[in-house]
Amino acid sequence: MATMAKDTAAQRTPLYNNHVQAGAKMVDFHGWEMPINYGSQIEEHHAVRRDVGMFDVSHMTIVDVTGRDAKPYLRHLLANDVAKLTTPGKALYSAMLNEEGGVIDDLIVYFFNEDSYRLVVNSATRDKDMAWLELQSGEFDVAITERTEFAMIALQGPNAKAIVANLMSAEQHALVSELKPFVGVQLDDLFVATTGYTGEAGYEIIIPNDNVADVWEKLRALGVQPCGLGARDTLRLEAGMNLYGQDMDETVSPLAANMGWSVAFEPADRNFVGRSALEALKAAGTEKLVGLVMEEKGVLRGGLKVMVDGGEGVITSGTFSPTLGYSIAMARVPLPVGETAQVEMRKKLVTVKVVKPSFVRNGKAVVSG
Amino acid sequence: MSNVPNELKYAPSHEWIRAEGDGVYTVGITEHAQELLGDMVFVELPEVGDNVAAGDDVAVAESVKAASDIYAPIAGEVLAVNEELEDSPELVNSDPYGDGWLFKLKADDESELESLLDAEGYAASIDED
Repeated sequence: MATMAKDTAAQRTPLYNNHVQAGAKMVDFHGWEMPINYGSQIEEHHAVRRDVGMFDVSHMTIVDVTGRDAKPYLRHLLANDVAKLTTPGKALYSAMLNEEGGVIDDLIVYFFNEDSYRLVVNSATRDKDMAWLELQSGEFDVAITERTEFAMIALQGPNAKAIVANLMSAEQHALVSELKPFVGVQLDDLFVATTGYTGEAGYEIIIPNDNVADVWEKLRALGVQPCGLGARDTLRLEAGMNLYGQDMDETVSPLAANMGWSVAFEPADRNFVGRSALEALKAAGTEKLVGLVMEEKGVLRGGLKVMVDGGEGVITSGTFSPTLGYSIAMARVPLPVGETAQVEMRKKLVTVKVVKPSFVRNGKAVVSG
Repeated sequence: MSNVPNELKYAPSHEWIRAEGDGVYTVGITEHAQELLGDMVFVELPEVGDNVAAGDDVAVAESVKAASDIYAPIAGEVLAVNEELEDSPELVNSDPYGDGWLFKLKADDESELESLLDAEGYAASIDED
């Protein structure tokens, strides 16, 4: 068994001491010292599906894009089209592509007005993302500002809506309760958005670094389960959400990563970075990201080979699903794909079921096992 | 710091073994091992009646994180397996030296115990990890 490498230069979020005090097992996550669990990742997972849990996601990178050309710049930069965003606070999910149509990162972009947007990008890709944002800004009149003075807590689960009331006035809570999915609103020093990475209702809350520990402890005192990266991974995989670096990267197009829905080919005259490469890939036909379900004992793991009718593919993410009680995975495979696939596991071939890559939403199974 | 009970013997691959008398030994994995593996989701056990050699991979502990082979610390015949683990693999996490035991062996040669680590030796070996 391997133990985690200790990185002495690891960064810490403002909640580091709170994690340690709560009994977290800390691990290195792309240069950040983050909690993997606080005892049992399965209990943390169930808390989010059945009640409410919270995650420190302060390691994620928040970048504001402002200026006269903010909108044309983002329409050039992103595969999804920010012109769809017209209501202040409304967000969308997008890939940021290279010229070859590979995914540099996936992100959420919030619209404030046509001169002001906020991006939330992955922490593991921070340096290359910032470099790419600068490089692509070229002639555009924009300011790109990383907001390191903010931390972020994801409050997720069926009871998140009731719990979040404790962080705001009754009037503010009435407003938050009415928010549709994928919208953010600034309430005093909290930016509260109806986004998440679990497949449950909930919020991602951007909070000034100086206040985040108070908010965290307040939520803990209310009985909110702190959840680590372990539960975050099983929750997002059950929800069929991609993890950058596993399910896609710079060598994989969004079309081969179940992200085609987030690529706005219309209007046809919007020439975003990677567009021509994607059009060629689309015409030629690409691999596809599918879901796999295995009901017998064992756990599908990332990196395992998968055989489908079209040939050999690979499991990009696999885990034991605590909600379903059996193993699930996402796999990138060549077409055509039948109803089953063969996975090579521990020296034997196992037949697994092929499904859409979405397994659990809002506490309920969306696959039939 | 992990609990390493004094009365047990240990393999460097993180199994513990306890003498039950009459040449019968109970085998499990250590608290340190279950901490490394994380929440257990499946445990595959040997068949009762199997004859195993020291060092054979005889069981698999599959956790949320990884599948890990479990080795027989000594040679012998499998007398019993912990059937509770079928429905409650988490016992390996919650009580690794008690209800989370894996299997019992009838030793072929009890002198093989001498080549295993005592608690102090095992504790030192995991300190180096």
